[in-house]
Amino acid sequence: MSDAGREAQPDLEYTAVEDELRGTVRALLTARAPWTAVLERVDSAEPHDICDMKLWRTLAAEVGCAGLAVPEELGGAGASFRETAVVIEELGRAVAPVPFLGSAVLATAALLAAEAEAEAGAGAAGGAGAGAELIGALAAGERTAALAVPFATPPGRPPAPDVRAAGGTLTGAVCGVADALAADVLLAPAGDGARDALYMVDVAAAGTAVRRTPVTSLDMTRPLCDVTFDAAPAREVATGDAAAAAVRSALLAGAALLASEQLGLAERCLEMTVEYVKNRYQFGRPVGSFQGLKHRLADLWVAVTQARAVARHAAACVATGHPDAEIAAAVAQAHCSPVAVLAAEECVQLHGGIGFTWEHPAHLYLKRAKSASIALGTADRHRAALARLVDLPPA
Amino acid sequence: MSAAAVDAGQLRRRVAEFLRSHDPTTMDRLAFLRARFDAGLAWVHFPAGLGGLDAPRALQSEVDAEFAAAGAPTNEPERNGIGLGMAAPTILRFGTDEQKARWLRPLWTGEEIWCQLFSEPGAGSDLAALGTRAVRDGTDWVVTGQKVWTSIAHRARWAILVTRTDPDVPKHRGMTYFVCDMTAPGVEVRPLRQLTGEAEFNEVFLTDVRIPDAHRLGDVGAGWTVAQTTLMNERVAIGGRSAPREGGMIGVVARTWRDRPELRTPGLHDALLRLWVDAEAARLTGVWLRQRLAAGHPGPEGSAIKLAYARVNQQVSGLELELLGDEGLRYDDWTMRRPGQVDFMGRSPGYRYLRAKGNSIEGGTSEILRNIIAERVLGLPGEIRVDKDVPWKDLPK
Repeated sequence: MSDAGREAQPDLEYTAVEDELRGTVRALLTARAPWTAVLERVDSAEPHDICDMKLWRTLAAEVGCAGLAVPEELGGAGASFRETAVVIEELGRAVAPVPFLGSAVLATAALLAAEAEAEAGAGAAGGAGAGAELIGALAAGERTAALAVPFATPPGRPPAPDVRAAGGTLTGAVCGVADALAADVLLAPAGDGARDALYMVDVAAAGTAVRRTPVTSLDMTRPLCDVTFDAAPAREVATGDAAAAAVRSALLAGAALLASEQLGLAERCLEMTVEYVKNRYQFGRPVGSFQGLKHRLADLWVAVTQARAVARHAAACVATGHPDAEIAAAVAQAHCSPVAVLAAEECVQLHGGIGFTWEHPAHLYLKRAKSASIALGTADRHRAALARLVDLPPA
Repeated sequence: MSAAAVDAGQLRRRVAEFLRSHDPTTMDRLAFLRARFDAGLAWVHFPAGLGGLDAPRALQSEVDAEFAAAGAPTNEPERNGIGLGMAAPTILRFGTDEQKARWLRPLWTGEEIWCQLFSEPGAGSDLAALGTRAVRDGTDWVVTGQKVWTSIAHRARWAILVTRTDPDVPKHRGMTYFVCDMTAPGVEVRPLRQLTGEAEFNEVFLTDVRIPDAHRLGDVGAGWTVAQTTLMNERVAIGGRSAPREGGMIGVVARTWRDRPELRTPGLHDALLRLWVDAEAARLTGVWLRQRLAAGHPGPEGSAIKLAYARVNQQVSGLELELLGDEGLRYDDWTMRRPGQVDFMGRSPGYRYLRAKGNSIEGGTSEILRNIIAERVLGLPGEIRVDKDVPWKDLPK
């Protein structure tokens, strides 16, 4: 509890650099991923092609968004997860189908943590810095990776891996993995019976030894898949405690940054809804002039305003390794998950009939919001984590 | 405005110089405060000659800290919150040179306490409907009416007052703003007892009170514009507080939870965690708002914070009573007292529960705040107005 006083309160306001980054990303997404294009893509593409890989390459390689959190000496931009959070806010606004969360956040955070552990000399299994080369490739947008854990996994309790490691290969299955369909490399926690480790599997090189079965996903813009390894060749990235720390670190960064995605989504839903109720006339007045709607939207604005504060705080804490990072991420998830769902639900309801149709984007946001509220731990699981973190034990 | 803005370094030097020639440990308290005002080190963003140096407002906390470090007496700002927070900015904006010179110094030093005569029994959320009449009589105005919810009227020397001067025009146009001498004949202050048992507030009855025209702030008929300045400052004052994690009421409940395992139930655990998150979200929003203000980017987040705090305070204090069970059935004291300040932490859980009910009413009800957010932040259409073009005297009352 006393940690709050020991470390300075991060600045939550956006910097000029962050505003500029936002402008660049928003312009790109407005041009390349308007909702009509997103809807058409999820409607017509095969599951493997739902991710817009051309957009992803532009975002990752040309704009340089994939390597924001990666230090320059590892081939990144030398910024942090704070700037990364600004990008993911914009991606949430656009429900853009790109594997940013999986590759630039989850996989990158796992590799960065493994690298840090390796440098510190703790549990450097596959030789110091086994993942360094991959980090550089991810940061440059040359390759795409995903963390092969079920997407609903909360931070703080990485699951005992079902995947078995033997003789440099992995065998086993992981269900419901996000952004894995777009990945060239899968990072998989696995055990050999004696110890757990984090492995990387080159999907192309593994051939039929890696099978990715698309799942018909509630979130049409972030399709999941089930991954099966069948003696897939794998390289160790970290082992023992270092491997567990890398996975924990990835899930923590993922949860903290998912809050920013939820913020962006909620903000966009609120904007769309406000715009609609100003222009939709019934009973001879804009429906937005009815107090029953105005007050609901005002309450939603309050919730979104708070979502910005908690999401920014979580991203800033994760970026600096603040001692409150776990608390901040849990607060951000416990607040932002229900706010994003509420914003999307209000978007559907206050649009009335049109909001219930396939041709209106509200459903894309609703599906993303509800899925995101389960991803990386439900609000309830984050509250349970808080009970432990801030010493409010159960009855 | 003076030509060159004073910077932090110059301010530090001026404070140091001032403290060299004015020893706070030996000087009379009031003389020290008056000298600090005259040196422009009172509210540094005010103009030179009126207690300030035209310096950036953000530097005030540094100046206050240096005076505090030197062991200097303060002007006890908590004793004169309405004067400092609301009357002073209004006088500065609309007062004549004589008015500023007369009122600002004793206001800042705390020699003269101020209160606010705005709300009336028939004019709460709809403040512009107020009916306290001011009628011109030579160089005076004669004022008659009833005001309500007036904090510290029983200690105040002056009041900021909004009156109806022209009942024949629509309500927003017929008002005039005055400074009222609370010691004048015809001013009667009665305590207004609230549901907690105590009386933080008063009713103020004005009967043929004579106010010189020289005490008018702004033009005749411009009272609403002047009042807007006052009310804008009220929202800033209410939204601006800061606390560490678990600094508010949630901390009290969290400590009870930790110390008293026998009180815990699963349902209360869930409720507590939800409210803990809500309280932390409200707190961080406040942190962000203050950072924005300090950076010179004021935003509408103050309304969000007031709404959120009202809800969190009410729910947390309600939870606290349930958690305490038997003890939640007791109350500390129904005696009618006149507290100087709201003391949420020093009193019983029942007091917290009851007093928190005021949080969604005072300083703008939560319902009015939602209207304001919907209309001014989100740009939604305004309420349909049936009273806009109707002379005040013809409005249903």
